[in-house]
Amino acid sequence: MSKTSRTQVTVPASAKKNSIIEIRAIVQHDMESGFRYTESGKLIPRDIIRVFTCSYNNVEVFKADFYPGIGANPLIIFTTIATESGTLEFKWLGDDGYAAVNQARITVV
Amino acid sequence: MKKQINFPLKMHRRYWLQRFQKFGLFTLGAWLSPSFVFAKKEDADEAIQKITGNAKIQDGRVTLTIPPLIENGNLVVLKVSVESPMTANDYVKAIHVIAEGNPLPNIFTVYLTPRSGTANITTRVRLADSQRVWAIAQMSNGSFWQGSAETLVTLSACTEMV
Amino acid sequence: MRLATSLCFTAFCCSVLLAAPASIAANTKQSSYELMSAENKAMQDDPSFNPAMFWVAEGESLWQTKLGPKNMACTSCHSDAKKSMRGVATQFPKIVKGKLQTLEGQINQCRSAAQNAPALAYESKALLALTAYVAVQSKGMPIAVKETSANQEQLKKGRQWFNERIGQLNLSCAQCHEDRSGLKLGGSLIPQGHPNAYPIYRLEWQTLGSLQRRLRNCMSGVRAQQFEYGSPEMAQLELFLMWRARGMPLEAPGVRP
Repeated sequence: MSKTSRTQVTVPASAKKNSIIEIRAIVQHDMESGFRYTESGKLIPRDIIRVFTCSYNNVEVFKADFYPGIGANPLIIFTTIATESGTLEFKWLGDDGYAAVNQARITVV
Repeated sequence: MKKQINFPLKMHRRYWLQRFQKFGLFTLGAWLSPSFVFAKKEDADEAIQKITGNAKIQDGRVTLTIPPLIENGNLVVLKVSVESPMTANDYVKAIHVIAEGNPLPNIFTVYLTPRSGTANITTRVRLADSQRVWAIAQMSNGSFWQGSAETLVTLSACTEMV
Repeated sequence: MRLATSLCFTAFCCSVLLAAPASIAANTKQSSYELMSAENKAMQDDPSFNPAMFWVAEGESLWQTKLGPKNMACTSCHSDAKKSMRGVATQFPKIVKGKLQTLEGQINQCRSAAQNAPALAYESKALLALTAYVAVQSKGMPIAVKETSANQEQLKKGRQWFNERIGQLNLSCAQCHEDRSGLKLGGSLIPQGHPNAYPIYRLEWQTLGSLQRRLRNCMSGVRAQQFEYGSPEMAQLELFLMWRARGMPLEAPGVRP
């Protein structure tokens, strides 16, 4: 059974063909680093999002590997070329079977 | 005319004891201060070496931006920007960000394509202490370029009793 | 030698006096937003950067969730929060049916009385989400807590808490946040300490938290016994702080370091 959480993506609804668009993606996740201890001195195990990918009409156009040094509720801002109208799909995969997916449609004129 | 210093026996011992004391203090100081920094820097160097192999890393083309003074290191905005035409023949394949002062040097890696448009990335990272952070860009032609930024991390006042 | 010593002594005394505290002048209330870095300000201002928005989204969902034996949701009585909750967060804490209630306290009061559901624990995801959702409906509106005949006694007690020295460090809230605001403690600037952005996503906590959590941090900072969550003392202190911040626009949900 995979666990999941809320995500939010910001993609322009429309763009000129071959223009560069900015994409923002943020996800709700504690990103437990694995370097913290409980009050009784027990190590809290690592529990983070490991990989983020963005696909544009099923072609992967961006990927990021996250390590414990990424802050809680990870935000990533990157760019891509608006090649054609279609769907951008965003995936987050992490420890303990974590998985989250979000989508955005873009119209390229 | 060279002045000759004739020490009585007691003075000889005292003279050398003082010399050793100064040397000992110097050694202690050297051991205490730079070593903690070097230990972490070695981990960072090792992480970078794993990425680049023995390839030469050139300085330039990579701009890493983090605020010079940070009030809380738990969530620090970090921007990397690599100069590149981002065409099919000449683009940034990957950007690796490595911290010298974190318990684990690797912070994140992004993989780009000619469809990326730019090699500009913004994210938010954890910085455990005042330190230097490195961004290593891997180009499509196999070359490596690097940039870095240094920052001071302070802590918010009146923190929680954990 | 004696002249030099007495001159030094005079110089020392002058420097101490000049470093003496200056109170907040009337009408110069400053939000601690102003003391933040540009990056942290942007984090608060832009919903696509502000992690607190996840709690707001959760709150919106909970607002519509039916529970309890009567199958009641917040919408059952309050319908659209954008209308019914507009301005509400700027009025709390207030006397409701004879009791001084904070916003969290009122939400729990609604849960038990109207929904017959158990009260939500302080700092639980659900209570923070509902508080954030209600508070954001008043975003930008001025804090409207006034002294009234009903809350007079409680406000007086709140003022006393603010001015009383507590803890092993024997400090009062006023000594830092009234007398020494704008000066530095460690590496940080001391804010005036207005609760105008709560609930906040505090970078220190790496999560959303309430005013009461922050006040408990302050108390542990001076090594004092912390007020319990939901206690009358907490409500009184909150009441005084909101009254002290009256007129300031509500920034909820805020981001703070």
